[in-house]
Amino acid sequence: MSTVLNYIVYGWYPYVCLTVFIVGSVIRFDREQYSWRSGSSQLLRRRQLMWGSNLFHIGILVIFAGHFVGLLTPIAVFDWLGVSHSFKQMLAIVVGGVAGIACFVGLTLLVHRRLFDPRILRTSSFGDIAILLLLYVQLTLGLATIFVSLNHLDGHEMVRFMNWAQGILILRPESWQLIAGANPIFKLHIFLGMTIFLVFPFTRLVHIWSAPVWYLGRRGYQVVRARPHAPRTTPAAWPRDRTS
Amino acid sequence: MSHFIDRLTFFRRVEGEFADGHGVTTNEDRRWEDGYRKRWQHDKIVRSTHGANCTGSCSWKIYVKGGIVTWETQQTDYPRTRPELPNHEPRGCSRGASYSWYLYSGNRVKHPLVRAHLVRLWREARKSKKPVAAWASIVEDAAKRKSYTTKRGLGGFVRASWDEVTEIIAAANAYTAKTYGPDRVTGFSPIPAMSMVSYAAGARYLSLLGGVCMSFYDWYCDLPPASPMTWGEQTDVPESADWYNSSFIILWGSNVPQTRTPDAHFYTEARYRGAKSVVICPDYSEASKFADLWLSVKQGTDSALAMAMGHVILKEFHVDRQVPYFVDYIRRYSDMPMLVRLVAKDGYLIPERFVRASDFAGALGETNNPDWKPVAFDEASGDVVVPRGSVGFRWGEKGKWNLEEKESTGNEATLQLSLAGGELVDIGFPYFGNVEHDHFTGTDHPSVLTRKVPTRRMRLKDGEAVVATVYDLFLANYGVDRGFGGEHLPRSYDEVAPYSPAWAEAITGVKRDQIVAVAREFARNAEKTGGRSMIIIGAAMNHWYHMDMNYRGVINMLVMCGCVGQSGGGWSHYVGQEKLRPQTGWLPLAFGLDWSRPPRQQNSTSFFYAHSDQWRYESLDVSEILSPTAPEGSWSGSLIDYNVRAERMGWLPSAPQLETNPLTIAAAAEAKGQDAKDYVAEGLKSGALKLSCNDPDAPQNWPRNLFVWRSNLLGSSGKGHEYFLKHLLGTSHGVLGKDLGEDGRQKSEEVVWHDEAPQGKLDLLVTLDFRMSTTCVYSDIVLPTATWYEKNDLNTSDMHPFIHPLTAAVDPVWEARSDWEIYKAIARKFSEIAPEVLGVEKDVVMTPILHDTPAEIAQAFEVEDWARGDVDPIPGKTMPQVTVVERDYPNLYKRFTSLGPLMAKIGNGGKGIAWNTEDEVDLLKRLNGVVTDDGPTQGLARIDSDVDATEVILSLAPETNGEVAVKAWEALSSATGRDHAHLALPKEDEKIRFRDVVAQPRKIISSPTWSGLESEKVCYNAGYTNVHELIPWRTLTGRQQLYQDHMWMRAFGEGFCVYRPPIDTKTVKPVIDREPNGNKPVVLNFITPHQKWGIHSTYTDNLLMLTLSRGGPIVWISEADAAKGGIVDNDWIEAFNANGALVARAVVSQRVKEGMCMMYHAQEKIANVPGSEQTGQRGGIHNSVTRTVLKPTHMIGGYVHQSYGFNYYGTVGSNRDEFVIVRKVAKVDWLDEPVEQSSTSDGASNLEAAE
Repeated sequence: MSTVLNYIVYGWYPYVCLTVFIVGSVIRFDREQYSWRSGSSQLLRRRQLMWGSNLFHIGILVIFAGHFVGLLTPIAVFDWLGVSHSFKQMLAIVVGGVAGIACFVGLTLLVHRRLFDPRILRTSSFGDIAILLLLYVQLTLGLATIFVSLNHLDGHEMVRFMNWAQGILILRPESWQLIAGANPIFKLHIFLGMTIFLVFPFTRLVHIWSAPVWYLGRRGYQVVRARPHAPRTTPAAWPRDRTS
Repeated sequence: MSHFIDRLTFFRRVEGEFADGHGVTTNEDRRWEDGYRKRWQHDKIVRSTHGANCTGSCSWKIYVKGGIVTWETQQTDYPRTRPELPNHEPRGCSRGASYSWYLYSGNRVKHPLVRAHLVRLWREARKSKKPVAAWASIVEDAAKRKSYTTKRGLGGFVRASWDEVTEIIAAANAYTAKTYGPDRVTGFSPIPAMSMVSYAAGARYLSLLGGVCMSFYDWYCDLPPASPMTWGEQTDVPESADWYNSSFIILWGSNVPQTRTPDAHFYTEARYRGAKSVVICPDYSEASKFADLWLSVKQGTDSALAMAMGHVILKEFHVDRQVPYFVDYIRRYSDMPMLVRLVAKDGYLIPERFVRASDFAGALGETNNPDWKPVAFDEASGDVVVPRGSVGFRWGEKGKWNLEEKESTGNEATLQLSLAGGELVDIGFPYFGNVEHDHFTGTDHPSVLTRKVPTRRMRLKDGEAVVATVYDLFLANYGVDRGFGGEHLPRSYDEVAPYSPAWAEAITGVKRDQIVAVAREFARNAEKTGGRSMIIIGAAMNHWYHMDMNYRGVINMLVMCGCVGQSGGGWSHYVGQEKLRPQTGWLPLAFGLDWSRPPRQQNSTSFFYAHSDQWRYESLDVSEILSPTAPEGSWSGSLIDYNVRAERMGWLPSAPQLETNPLTIAAAAEAKGQDAKDYVAEGLKSGALKLSCNDPDAPQNWPRNLFVWRSNLLGSSGKGHEYFLKHLLGTSHGVLGKDLGEDGRQKSEEVVWHDEAPQGKLDLLVTLDFRMSTTCVYSDIVLPTATWYEKNDLNTSDMHPFIHPLTAAVDPVWEARSDWEIYKAIARKFSEIAPEVLGVEKDVVMTPILHDTPAEIAQAFEVEDWARGDVDPIPGKTMPQVTVVERDYPNLYKRFTSLGPLMAKIGNGGKGIAWNTEDEVDLLKRLNGVVTDDGPTQGLARIDSDVDATEVILSLAPETNGEVAVKAWEALSSATGRDHAHLALPKEDEKIRFRDVVAQPRKIISSPTWSGLESEKVCYNAGYTNVHELIPWRTLTGRQQLYQDHMWMRAFGEGFCVYRPPIDTKTVKPVIDREPNGNKPVVLNFITPHQKWGIHSTYTDNLLMLTLSRGGPIVWISEADAAKGGIVDNDWIEAFNANGALVARAVVSQRVKEGMCMMYHAQEKIANVPGSEQTGQRGGIHNSVTRTVLKPTHMIGGYVHQSYGFNYYGTVGSNRDEFVIVRKVAKVDWLDEPVEQSSTSDGASNLEAAE
């Protein structure tokens, strides 16, 4: 792969993706409130959904947490805690592998359901199908990386990915050099991962932003919304709301 | 401002807690709630309804948001009923609730469209010619004409301006009127009650032009001829609320929850109240699950069942035990006591006509119409008396036309029902149950059953005669054993002889004990409640060739038990039912009676039979339906010959009327110094003038222009669809059979046979619609009309007593206009261009002898045909009436938009009564304003807008103007000699106006136009005023007439009701082996009921309704038949016979009876229809496999109740006797390649594809 391409894809593409991800999400949240939803098809057909959805969501949440903590926690923190690189690598392989398989089974069910249940298929948008397939490919790639990782259980590759991710986050595009030489499967996985961030605001994935995590710690179970303090003089122009 | 920023208040969001912290108060943004609030906020909510396809007449709320119609819901503000009666609302169904889809759908017609080939020719011709000359240059050139007529249905529409299309139409109309006569300009539109002004718009234009308005009720086969035969009334039925008053309801071939959805709640409520219900229906219909007992009768054999039930009722309630109420009822309200003359035939006697006063020397003292006064015996004196109320008293004298128990002289008279004790004589009754039929079981009893009947001999002026009462003959016909003896008289219910329950079991498949039980309970309930037994009937029974027998069998049961005219009882025929309640106010507007009378009106069945050349394929021979007891005489000829005879004798109308242009006749008569009447009569006799009906295929007799509006003639009601395409339109078609000429079977006696049948009789087909229907697809010009939510109009039904409006929720979208505005525009254009060829013209109009006019007593005894030399042609007596009407063509538009002078000059009226209407004309001048422009209409009341038109209707009608109601009742009082005005006096000051009905539906005012009352005490029930106000029925005897004594009725064996099996249409055998595809054919009876997902054709292209059904055409078949043909559910199947073919998916269901298939009526050809393996054309519609077959008894005229009335009496288009071959399709071909590649193209259509 040419240097320029590596530079663009792993140095600058992340910023494009993150910008679109954040700005896009905010704009959609502001303008398209009624499309801000998970788009569940449970009402149309329960079949395959209970197993598929639960396995997928549990798996993906574990994987997401693993990636988040694993990639963004500074190395120094692990060193200070006395977690060795090879242990962390093994942990990632085992936990990620188990969760990945659960997720894979769930996603397979969901993909099958979406494509082969005529009722679901016909009520699906292009985006619904595309994001599902994208996730499926990404997950497969992710699982495939396990076999690559088995070749360097000491975790040095892992550390490079951590440094790259943290470097990008602290606005050092030159971090691309850290992974220019990584295994193509990893590089494809990372590229696709960023792409998911890119398309995120345009898909049903936006529901992730609104996952009702606050329910977990909330004491009051009856929520009452107060009247607005200052009465609005002009009601919002209604045609923009997709009320029908 | 920003939802996102508003969310950035995580720590300030909670404002406080309550309930010990179990509740929290937050200050989260609440704007999202506005979406839910605005869900029910609208710019406006408008009252409208669904105005042509459905006769349910439900008031709806139409919601408008941002100028867009968003949806509709049911109105719930109908005026309340009485305390003990459930309310009418809510009315509506899923079909109506999905209507708003049409307004903005892809199927909406948005612009005036014209066939590209035609408009190209037109623009070319118009460069050098005036409009009429331009049109002439196109249609007179055979090649040019063919270039567009053969492309009908193949696409190729282009947009044009309103100005251009109205000019083409006006030019075509003017050319046709000038060249052939205005009676070659025709128009078809159904069911005016559902949008009266829209109907009136086209009808008014055509009538002022001299064009022909075509009937629909008979053509749809929804008209039950048994009703005019029995009651002299088109159809009059109880409103649905009256079901609640009944305690025994039979649903006979009616599927109330499916097809009368808004009314079904009364059926449920009646059952809660304790009514018992029996459902008689071959399939397990939605109604069947409401039943206490479901009788699965073999389809088409209902009359056998009715005869057997009648047999039981007569035996147990009239003979073995006489119920006083029943006896009194039939004595006073039926023709049972009337005397019938008996004449010899083959060694026995047969019933002939009613004995009339004129049969006696001195005519029993009667000087006025003694020929039309049947007689009876007085029970007390034993003398012959002339009872009051017969039609002879209706015309020419006043005060004695009533049902008081008096004879003509005023003496009390109790009429004698039976002559028991008199001489017993063998009487022959025809029996048809032995007719061979491949699919229907019969019995082998002889064709004439002789039975003994008590008679009396009496001296008439021309010798001695043997007479019997209808009552005695009636009982003998039913095979009721009274100890008099006779052949094949069942001695018990278990003996198989006509018409015992065991006999009916053999024919109908219904168990005899169930027949007996139902008959018994039906009668017992009527006995205990004074007639509260009701029979609700649907199309299932009326669409058979011998529908009269089905209906009369049922009517007989009701009359025997005194149910007709009693609350909660009677005959409830709900088939295409409509009640144009303010009819007498509407007629002048619709038919231009304010300017000229009479209008031209035509019965569509005979018209289409002749002009789509279905007669050329007629397979039913008269000998197959003629009675073995037919009177002596010639009964030869084919069915169309009978129609021609009926037309020339003045029985049925004609269109076109004469081969000669009627605009030229008055002048010719004047030149000879003759009255037009005499000129026409003489000309016909000498042969100088010819009736068009003798040669419907000659070019001068073709109907040249056809308007279709508010209708889907070619996608829905056009029986013999493929014949329409072939002969009337001249385009590609799917007729599979051969005509009679090709087979050498041609035998018409009156009609000229052309070896080469014409293809493409119409010069111009114009359709007004809001959606691209099948008819639009085949038209030359399609005009975008307003939907039911875009115009102002009126709507009434016979299912409830209210009048309510259609109102414009939004203006017509795109370039659409309301029907009223479209016809106004055509009228304006016509007036502009008419002077090119037309000025003020004299038009000779021929009309048949009309019911409810003094002329209806025209031909009292024999059938006398002037063409055979029996009698001289006398207009209005032995031939059609002849009238000269002035047409002011250059001022047609001015006449269209003002209320003409005849209303003030002649007055108004209906159903044989007339009243002065000057006050109402004056009111309208003040209400609508007067015409101020110079010209012939200056100073007359304006009818400019559709609302003006509604005010004309409402002001002139007794139902909506109390003052008129009182005048109308007073007019009737003078005929009956009894006071009826009390029925309307309390409402004399009430005037219902358009804005009133917009505010809330209004209950109409009782009027003598109808036989029921609208009051606070009773629900509307047909015949109520006949029974309770003693107003005679408008029949020969003035009573409910169960014996039909017209010569043709007797000839065809239907003097009394009998069982007649379905006819054999012979359409299966010629094609059963055609184009085999390897799958096994199954032959099934083809039944076309009303559906759940559409009302006629509307909604079968509606995405919402298609989604709820199977998304395209379907045919239901039974599991047994499906197995025979190797068909599984959802397979594509083809149904075909000699008439054509259709393709649909199979719905395989236990619900369907073996031996029949059901294709719900009018599933559009334009939605998901693949090609046919048989025809190579697109799969067709339900009418692709049907063909109209006429029945001679429906052609009878000039005979009181059997006189013609528009949509009132006449031939009907039956279609259920048809069988089809059902076969699984081997390869589904969607025919989706361009026209030039398709196998059916003729090469000339390449141009079409290029467009």
